[in-house]
Amino acid sequence: MLSTGRTKVGGEEEAAAGSSPRAATAPAAVHAPAGSSASAPSSGGGGAGPGAPPAGAGGGAGRPPARRRGRSSWWRAERLLPHGLHVFAFIPLVALALLLGALVWKALPAIRYNGTGFFTRSVWSLGNLYVLPVKTGGVAHPPEAAYGALSLVEGTLVSSAIAIVLAVPVAVGTALVVVEKLPPRLSTGIGFCLEVLAGVPSVVFGLWGWFTLGPFLAHDIAPIWADHIFNHLPDVPVLRFFRGPTGGGTGLFVAGVVLAIMILPIVAATSRDLLRQVPRGTVEGALALGMTDAESLRAVNMPWVRSGVIGATVLGLGRALGETIAVAMVGGSLVAAPVHSLYPDFGTIAATIVNTLDSALTDVSGLATDTLAELALVLLVITLVANVGARLLVRRVATTALPVGRGI
Amino acid sequence: MALAATAGAAPGVRRRKLGNRVLWSACAVALALVVAPVVWIVVGVVGRAVAHFHFSILSTYPVGNGGGLLNSVEGTGVIVAGVLVLAGTVGVAGGVYLAEYTRADRGGFLRGASEVLAGVPSIVFGYVGYIVLVVRFHWGDSVVAGIVVLSLLVVPYITKTTEVALRNVPTNYREGGEALGMSSGATLRRLVLRPALPGIATGLILALAIAIGETAPLLYTAGYSSRPPTFALHHSPIGYLTYNVWTDFNQPSALAHQRANDAALLLILIVLVLIVVARLVVMTTQRYSPDRPQRVGKATP
Repeated sequence: MLSTGRTKVGGEEEAAAGSSPRAATAPAAVHAPAGSSASAPSSGGGGAGPGAPPAGAGGGAGRPPARRRGRSSWWRAERLLPHGLHVFAFIPLVALALLLGALVWKALPAIRYNGTGFFTRSVWSLGNLYVLPVKTGGVAHPPEAAYGALSLVEGTLVSSAIAIVLAVPVAVGTALVVVEKLPPRLSTGIGFCLEVLAGVPSVVFGLWGWFTLGPFLAHDIAPIWADHIFNHLPDVPVLRFFRGPTGGGTGLFVAGVVLAIMILPIVAATSRDLLRQVPRGTVEGALALGMTDAESLRAVNMPWVRSGVIGATVLGLGRALGETIAVAMVGGSLVAAPVHSLYPDFGTIAATIVNTLDSALTDVSGLATDTLAELALVLLVITLVANVGARLLVRRVATTALPVGRGI
Repeated sequence: MALAATAGAAPGVRRRKLGNRVLWSACAVALALVVAPVVWIVVGVVGRAVAHFHFSILSTYPVGNGGGLLNSVEGTGVIVAGVLVLAGTVGVAGGVYLAEYTRADRGGFLRGASEVLAGVPSIVFGYVGYIVLVVRFHWGDSVVAGIVVLSLLVVPYITKTTEVALRNVPTNYREGGEALGMSSGATLRRLVLRPALPGIATGLILALAIAIGETAPLLYTAGYSSRPPTFALHHSPIGYLTYNVWTDFNQPSALAHQRANDAALLLILIVLVLIVVARLVVMTTQRYSPDRPQRVGKATP
């Protein structure tokens, strides 16, 4: 296969080399008489002088094919180009498979040891690391090691839910203003703002949340409803969730707000692009029927973009579920604290992996790192479901493709 | 309003107008809620850093809790250069394949895999990089492990932008190449790739911005070193700016806080510059090449 490819390349190169001298000489031969005939009437004696440039031009015209021939032998390999490119196009698929495979392989002992209790307990104990590991069911582990990720899964889902609830109305509202009301120059400015928001590194969000936003929310904003409203309402399950104290600047609420700001650009930019595609005629028809802006939005624009916005929301959800560093900085990074209230410190899967890997390395039996792999696997499955779901949803109904990842 | 009142439908119309006004007021608030954090973050981070900023951080290595960020600036440069070469090659090649050698309605599986890979959380990349490259392959904390992991993370962005840029090149260009007897490869190289270059460059720039801003994939693959980067292939930890923010922000030391703020300032400046450059690339090329299809239509009045 490879050898035939090579002979073919060589054969064609010879063919090209054989044909190109003809191509190079033919224009020169045509050109030279033309030049001489044109110069002959003007001045007989100086014919050689004006005659020289055409000859030079003919040589110049002959040169590019020669150069092309020199390069073409090299570029004949382009016959193989699609096959080479094919390999690169497969790399993301292979990478996905490798990620899944490596995590499953690494997590197997932990999956066997932790069992289904991993999803029903809130406990995180490396066990007694000062004695030799013991074996249970073929898995070596420190005595009394126990892992349960219920609170982490809860923390991940709840913080992302807060982010979605806060971000989606703001993002859609922004998209509406940008598309319907703002002049092009201003909407470009808003687009720039969204790009900056999408481009700011998550550590910078974390730093800002830690020093600036967290204390502001905990001391100035959350008490408005926590202390003044919910603390006076009856202590029943749902209302209890919002009761103070509001903490000192880290915790679930702060993390939720930071996550909301981080996923704003994905939802807003996608909604904006979708709203721009709503056919103008239909909107104007609605207005001509006497509808107000708001009514035509409800009757025409929103149905048109709904599924796309839902897709973008799910994509943002995937982003929020997997966000690591910002949550690790402002979330308080507790590992086994069930989520009972909106304000205390908590933990997410991603933040726990990044926060506890160092301490997990002290477990010589390796069960702690295996359990982190199991956590990562759970996170990967959750985000894969969110992503694939979002893309299937959007591909079925809308023409706009979703942005990848951060949406910039 | 006055007209409606004379028409005798006042109560309903008034309610509808009120609804309209409420909606747009809410939207205006939403707009403010988008713009405010941007301004607040940029001003806040810059303000906190500028108070103590000194250019010596760009020329000195860290000493204890204080000192400069030269190791991280150099390290970020090395990592980003590596990512640009590795992810740039893979991403552009993959994008060219998807745009030129698969039909728009085919290759959905490859395209979908690439898009889904972009949604994988960065810590999953980091942890798999750690268990496979650092531990299993015995590379140790090394710059190559960091580059590989970070490249996988940004490849989907480059693939996507490359594919979109190439699909925006008019089909006439390819037909013209074919009419001249050029092979498909030559057409691609000489006619199609050139108008798509600004789009590809934009994708590379944005991928660069993401690579510079990531922390989680690097923490356990590239490690951290407060010395200048060594170019050993394995067991060569390297510094990077995001690490300084991540580690120093809650140290009990004012010097460490300053270093975290300085690193955040550098990061935000780099990202801003990259975004502006990407915008300029798009704007200038759209302005000076009228034969390119304008992707963003003007808002119809």
